[in-house]
Amino acid sequence: MLNVRGDFPILSRMVNGHPLVYLDSAATAHKPVAVVEAERDFYVRAYANVRRGVYLLAAEATELYEAARAKVARFVGARPEEIVFTRGTTEALNLVAWGLGETRVRPRDELLVTEMEHHANLLPWQELARRRGAQLLAARITSQGELDLGDFQSKLSSRTRVVSVVHVSNVLGTINPVQEIAQWAHEVGAVVVVDAAQSVPHMPVDVGELGADLLAFSGHKMLGPTGIGVLWGRAELLAEMPPWLTGGEMIREAWIDRAVWADPPARFEGGTPPIAQAVALGSAVDYLQGIGMDRVHSHGQGLTAQALEGLRARPYVTVYGPPDPSRRGALVAFNLQGIHPHDVATLLDQEGIAIRAGHHCTQPLHRRLGIPASCRASFYLYNTPEEVEQLLAALDRVKETLG
Amino acid sequence: MSYEEVILDHWRHPRNKGRLPSPDASAVEANPLCGDVVRLELALRDGRVEDVRFDGEGCAISQAAASLLTEMIKGKTVEEARGLKDEDMLGALGNVVKTRLSCALLPLRALRKALGLGS
Repeated sequence: MLNVRGDFPILSRMVNGHPLVYLDSAATAHKPVAVVEAERDFYVRAYANVRRGVYLLAAEATELYEAARAKVARFVGARPEEIVFTRGTTEALNLVAWGLGETRVRPRDELLVTEMEHHANLLPWQELARRRGAQLLAARITSQGELDLGDFQSKLSSRTRVVSVVHVSNVLGTINPVQEIAQWAHEVGAVVVVDAAQSVPHMPVDVGELGADLLAFSGHKMLGPTGIGVLWGRAELLAEMPPWLTGGEMIREAWIDRAVWADPPARFEGGTPPIAQAVALGSAVDYLQGIGMDRVHSHGQGLTAQALEGLRARPYVTVYGPPDPSRRGALVAFNLQGIHPHDVATLLDQEGIAIRAGHHCTQPLHRRLGIPASCRASFYLYNTPEEVEQLLAALDRVKETLG
Repeated sequence: MSYEEVILDHWRHPRNKGRLPSPDASAVEANPLCGDVVRLELALRDGRVEDVRFDGEGCAISQAAASLLTEMIKGKTVEEARGLKDEDMLGALGNVVKTRLSCALLPLRALRKALGLGS
């Protein structure tokens, strides 16, 4: 088990008279001092706008910004020129849906997602389908909460232009077999996009091994600041896509009536980028690598296994997603019989325990599960087995209070 | 860990729950984000709320508030029912945390809709 709590000052604050038990890292993660300091240091020592200044400070800021890009690239096994900084996963997926829509999607073409997508990996494709007269299909999930691979393959055809799947479901916890999916999709000539918001922060991810074409994740879920996210894309795919934000710093040349785009990644980073956030994200990557993603992963799996076992031992609890913790990310969604998730979350909050309750931006998935909402506890490297026990014991008290 | 006694009481023992055979006014309100639903049905006579029923599903706060609201308006004039303010509802419920105000006020929105007021 990891022991890093001292690096996260917020974890020692009190909530409603109790020490904070933060079990909502799938929504956003807390920041170690090193990351907060890195952002502060950058503002205090080296801040200037990037890429355009001739003076020393601007050169230093640009170097730090590009060094952060290189760190992020190494973190996922990519090359720096294949890393685009965005505002987050949502923006990265919208950027991709826009760009591929312009170059690859025509009327009656098909786009394939899954029933377990976060709205961020569903709505951009809905909009693209509407814009281009294409059709959006969603592969079903099994009763175990895993992707129905037979259904997925049956929905894949020579008309499929894009396959976009979540790597780790933010509700079911399911780890999808991206390698297989990518292989099948490539056989029909489709581009493969991966929503990696819940995987990159929690497990080793190597874009080369995964075999996808484009992959998006967020800084704030991996100990970094808000306002920064990452799109990785194969160089040739990034090169074919037009920008979706036009403006400063994303062109090679501009005239009154036309412009020539810059090469990626600059083409997709119009306007002043989140410079300090990128630098701090680089520091978050350093922090995670200092611990080792294998250890982060096994820590999360240990807590998830413990939570799953405890939840399953309680007959009044329904757990969603695969029963085998090794097939899951570090989160578990559940419901207490006859008790609304919002009541569960409010009562837990009275004891300082923060969990998520609602539909977690996956309304179609909740409809598929036949429930309006669910509770979700999610874990990260700073959570402990004691906190999982506290959650489980508190659920018994919720049951006593409202059951 | 608990809710106010009044919320627990109405959640465990809902008052006036069910449907009216032929209501004079009714409305359904829902919180799409959490799935709370409340239906309110009113029997009106001589400018008064002669009878009232609620039905619905969702969290303890929304359902307890609906039950409590039926008691608050039964026998009152329609004008009095129309004049109920958010603070009246929240005051009757006791202590509602600010993250749950939309649950607590859902039944009152249904009442206003049933009586032809904007929610």
